[in-house]
Amino acid sequence: MPHDHNNEMSPSGHPYRKDQDHPLTYWQNLEIAVREILVEKKITTEIEIQETINEMDNRTPSNGATVIAKAWTDPSYKQRLLTNASDASRELGFDIGPLKLIALENTKSIHNVIVCTLCSCYPRNLLGLPPDWYKQRSYRSRIVKTPRTVLKEFGLDLPKDLSVRVHDSTADMRYIVLPMRPHGTENFSTQALEKLVTRDSMIGVGLPKSA
Amino acid sequence: MKVKVKKMFPPGHVRTPSYLRGKIGEVERDLGYFKNPEELAYGLNAHKQKLYRVRFEMNEIWGETCENPSDTVDAEIYEHWLEKV
Repeated sequence: MPHDHNNEMSPSGHPYRKDQDHPLTYWQNLEIAVREILVEKKITTEIEIQETINEMDNRTPSNGATVIAKAWTDPSYKQRLLTNASDASRELGFDIGPLKLIALENTKSIHNVIVCTLCSCYPRNLLGLPPDWYKQRSYRSRIVKTPRTVLKEFGLDLPKDLSVRVHDSTADMRYIVLPMRPHGTENFSTQALEKLVTRDSMIGVGLPKSA
Repeated sequence: MKVKVKKMFPPGHVRTPSYLRGKIGEVERDLGYFKNPEELAYGLNAHKQKLYRVRFEMNEIWGETCENPSDTVDAEIYEHWLEKV
């Protein structure tokens, strides 16, 4: 067939990427079976499932950036965020469900970074789906043991006098880092500030963009 | 409040990471009561347990050769996994 490549190389000399057509695993089969039963029993519908997946896929770190920029410009909001980050997020209209969120403030002497060593707990409602590396053992096992080495790989070389606080989301809490507001942004609007807040800065493996 | 994580290794859906078992830390905050995930995961009628955030120093977890002794790891640990020191 014309589209079968076997082990040929592409015209540019690179191997073709394999199709993702591996047989279903035990757990994938189980998921399909449970889903079909739930639909058959009219507990949910295919459309409802698809809508929920779309909703999850459409969340992006810009939600989190809105929260951070607001905290940078409104001191009383920042206080509310640090006291109860779930309520403070709801205040800005983000539906975070029953999620218990804790905001961790970076200061001149403390740098926070989040992980879930047991699985992949992540503040999805504010940041969307976690990046692949966040779910991998390499990040999860090393960030709690040698955080400075790992952060350096991300381009963050932290001075010795700055304490690194790693937060392992082991149970019912989710975390978001409140990074420090970049210098030279005193006259920035909240909207301009939102553009400086990166996903990685809210995980703690990066800093916001500079002004 | 200083606490020690119990060094036990029960099977099942346990939310206490192995690397913290047997380690001593300081309670950072009391998070209130949550249904015990060790029962919840199996569809059992889960009891509410107190959940704490505990702060551990790198030194305590990884020993003298750790990367930077004053850095810390905070983790959420259920009450039944903790004993007072």
